[in-house]
Amino acid sequence: MIDRLQQRFMSHLDPMLMGALAALMLVSLVLVYSASGSNMDRVLSQLANIIVAFAALWLVANMPLHYLIRSAVPIYIIGMVLLLGVAFFGEINNGARRWLNLGIATVQPSELMKIAVPLMMAWYFERHEATLALRNYLLAAVLLAVPFALILRQPDLGTAMLIAASGFYVLFLAGLNWKIIVGLFVTALGSAPFLWHAMHDYQRQRIMMLLDPTQDPLGKGYHTIQGMIAVGSGGILGKGYLNGTQTHLEFLPERTTDFIFAVYSEEFGLFGNLILLAIYMFILWRGFVITANASTYFTRLMAGSITLTFFTYTFVNMGMVTGILPVVGVPLPLVSYGGTSMLTLYLGFGMLMSIHSHKTLVQS
Amino acid sequence: MRLHKELRNHQREIYFFRLRLIISVVFMLILLLILLSRLFYLQVLRQNEFNTMADKNRISVVPIVPNRGLIQDRNGVVLAQNYSGYTLEISPSQVADLEGTINELSTLVDIQPKDRKRFKKLLTESHTSNSYPIRSRLSDAEVARFAAQRFRFPGVEIKARLFREYPYREQTSHLIGYVGRINDKDFEQLEASGMGANYRGSDYIGKIGIEQSYEQQLHGTTGFENMEVDANGRGVRVLSRTAPKSGATLTLTVDMKLQEIAEQAFGAYRGALVAIDPTNGEVLAFVSKPGYDPNLFVDGIDTDTWDALNNSPDVPLNNRALRGQYPPGSTIKPFMALAGLDSGKRAASYSINDPGYFNLPGSRHKYRDWKVGGHGTVDMFKAIVISCDTYFYGLATDLGIDTVHEYLEEFGFGKKTGLDMEGESAGLLPSPDWKRRRFNQIWYPGDTVSVGIGQGYTLVTPMQLAYATAVLANDGVGYRPHLVKQTAADGTLMPAPIDIDLKLQPEHLALIKRAMTAVTLPGGTAAYAGAGAAYSFAGKTGTAQVIGIKQGEKYNAKDIDERHRDHAWFIAFAPADKPRIAIAVLAENAGHGGTISAPIARKVFDYYLLGKEPKPVPPVKAKVEPEND
Repeated sequence: MIDRLQQRFMSHLDPMLMGALAALMLVSLVLVYSASGSNMDRVLSQLANIIVAFAALWLVANMPLHYLIRSAVPIYIIGMVLLLGVAFFGEINNGARRWLNLGIATVQPSELMKIAVPLMMAWYFERHEATLALRNYLLAAVLLAVPFALILRQPDLGTAMLIAASGFYVLFLAGLNWKIIVGLFVTALGSAPFLWHAMHDYQRQRIMMLLDPTQDPLGKGYHTIQGMIAVGSGGILGKGYLNGTQTHLEFLPERTTDFIFAVYSEEFGLFGNLILLAIYMFILWRGFVITANASTYFTRLMAGSITLTFFTYTFVNMGMVTGILPVVGVPLPLVSYGGTSMLTLYLGFGMLMSIHSHKTLVQS
Repeated sequence: MRLHKELRNHQREIYFFRLRLIISVVFMLILLLILLSRLFYLQVLRQNEFNTMADKNRISVVPIVPNRGLIQDRNGVVLAQNYSGYTLEISPSQVADLEGTINELSTLVDIQPKDRKRFKKLLTESHTSNSYPIRSRLSDAEVARFAAQRFRFPGVEIKARLFREYPYREQTSHLIGYVGRINDKDFEQLEASGMGANYRGSDYIGKIGIEQSYEQQLHGTTGFENMEVDANGRGVRVLSRTAPKSGATLTLTVDMKLQEIAEQAFGAYRGALVAIDPTNGEVLAFVSKPGYDPNLFVDGIDTDTWDALNNSPDVPLNNRALRGQYPPGSTIKPFMALAGLDSGKRAASYSINDPGYFNLPGSRHKYRDWKVGGHGTVDMFKAIVISCDTYFYGLATDLGIDTVHEYLEEFGFGKKTGLDMEGESAGLLPSPDWKRRRFNQIWYPGDTVSVGIGQGYTLVTPMQLAYATAVLANDGVGYRPHLVKQTAADGTLMPAPIDIDLKLQPEHLALIKRAMTAVTLPGGTAAYAGAGAAYSFAGKTGTAQVIGIKQGEKYNAKDIDERHRDHAWFIAFAPADKPRIAIAVLAENAGHGGTISAPIARKVFDYYLLGKEPKPVPPVKAKVEPEND
């Protein structure tokens, strides 16, 4: 009886992925406790975030694939409407217009688009699988470009880049011609000066700071320098849990969110980092296995995009904390404190599990 | 064979998809490798560097200022001490409207115009500290009033601090000196001498007197606290603490009671007094009158008070004992007489017939004796007792300036005594060589004549004359004079090396001492001061001319402006047969040494030798005596 119940409840959850997610959940709770200055409320709140996100994961994982395909267009349209709503009626916070008050809740539609954009593009490619031509890629690119432009205007460089990446992965996996990829790359390089011109001051400063953070150690370079000091001073074995001076004496900014990796690095050192990276690598490996074995064109594209976007997330966050990328405001996936990104990420893993389990069910 | 329009081959599509997936994985692994190298670079290669930066972030080194050493007299009477109190301090960098803030503060705390002036002077003199006191020694009520309103005054703080205090005020001003706030010049000197680190956190430094000369011993060693601070600079905990080492307590050779008696004996006169124990060089009293209140200088003096002190005709800021240079007058005569005996130019029995003046051979210019008509037959003994000028004119001429210079220099004239206080003057012992350099003139025989009675170019400080007297009293052996007996740090006595050993003939010494003893007996120039003494004492009076008297004119004190009257000298030692104290007294513009200065010495001797305190007497008025030097 219990076995059956367990069977019914667990059947669509991938045990390997679940194990890795549980490990990162543990890391998250442990780190939030340290980074918040032993604030148990913060830890419980993060636990609640994870439980909500897990519920979403479970629902999506149990959802047959055709639901997923069918939901692509409505989700994308809802997302676009909300994005336009933000552009016209959004709340301004810290000079950026990112949030929309819907009366019952305040939402950040750009988060939804992290799922909606690759979903929509994968759906589009699946529909035209038989007769793919250049114009299909162009149209898919438009599906990506419009929300990208809207989010960039908010402005939210971090999210915009992540969405651009997730969309690009779909295009790439869908077989976009190498010549075009190279062409795009060259165009991107060529347009850099114009992009620079179009950027907001704070975005430019962040890039300038990356090139030389010591220019303004107390001002704009503060985040990068303190992050590097935290990571570097952690050394090989770390300063020990709850003993990070950069963290506990509050030199490190945004300790529970974007810079939580610096907290981890300071307290657990290079040794801890290798273990953490191994967990991320394990998740990525599992993602690639699921992608490689996905049964349909849509699921292949979707699974590939989710996996690669997850890697991008991780790399951009760790890169910015260690000072090889500009500070763009991307949290460490599955570890940083915060409900929205946790939800989006778990949704993505739910889809991965659904893709995997429903394929195997179909085969058996 | 496939048709061009054939549907895509499923297997082929999977193959291409997986190829792209593999390319993605390779790309991902490259980025991962970059990340790992970065972590290795930060956490292994540059770990030490970042560790240091993290420590610099969190550890703030807080200096702990040592307590300044006390200064006490030879009997343990405290002359300089510390007491804790409150100051109201302003950090000018944190206050936008300084004037307005001070106005506001004056509604809570009593701030006088002189406090404002003092504050402004501090601001211009020092840039090394970040807060400056507008008021010190706040009352408890003022502290309470300010504390209630402090939120209105960012950049203004009440600080609990140790203050330096000199309980004897004027009486020890020239002896102890004072500390003052470290100004830019002090700071530069400290940095240049490598002492800067030890003064981190210190506000005060000895500026003058013993406080300056023994600064190093008094200051102590600054301690440090390694304080962990958070990003907002708040202290979290103390990581380690190196305790400060308090400054050494200085025990002086001076007897404060003796000093007070000497002070009071001067009455209204300006002048100086130095008393030395001839057997070991200990300075027993060190007086310069008038003094000033050294407490005024501790937290910066206001400009009005400063100007008043600095421009006073009495020059209270001048340390007369150490730096005042005066002609020695007749006090030089015992030393001249010894030179005559020792050089063989004069026998004790040699006598002259004094007509009341002296002529150089072949000259008609009269060098007059103080006594019109002369003293008759005068030998060396009598010449000292009655202070015969004519005798010494001749003696100096016979010796010649080079011999005079040589002997007087041996007694320490014309050079610093080596007293352990900075700023000593060397006096002036003239020589033909000096005159050529100074005035580009040759030395005339007449110059030598004046030197014989301590006039002319010769200048001495009270310190020098006291030391020379001590050397004479101690049979030609001089211990280096010193003011500090011991520094409590090690408890050992300050060394007093023998600087002078003249190897004088005992019979020569005996003659001079006998003559000097007769000076204080009936018939001598200081008979008045010697009357009724329970011990024998030896002395010599002197009068130092302030203005020259023309040939044929008579000095009449009543006709001369008070400040142009002669200075009165008296040197003495007692008991005459086994001296325990030697003294030099100078009273400015007091006229005659026997009348004014010798009684001062007598009071000092009475207390030192007999423990007898002088009867309270009305202050001595500057009275003018007929010239009888």
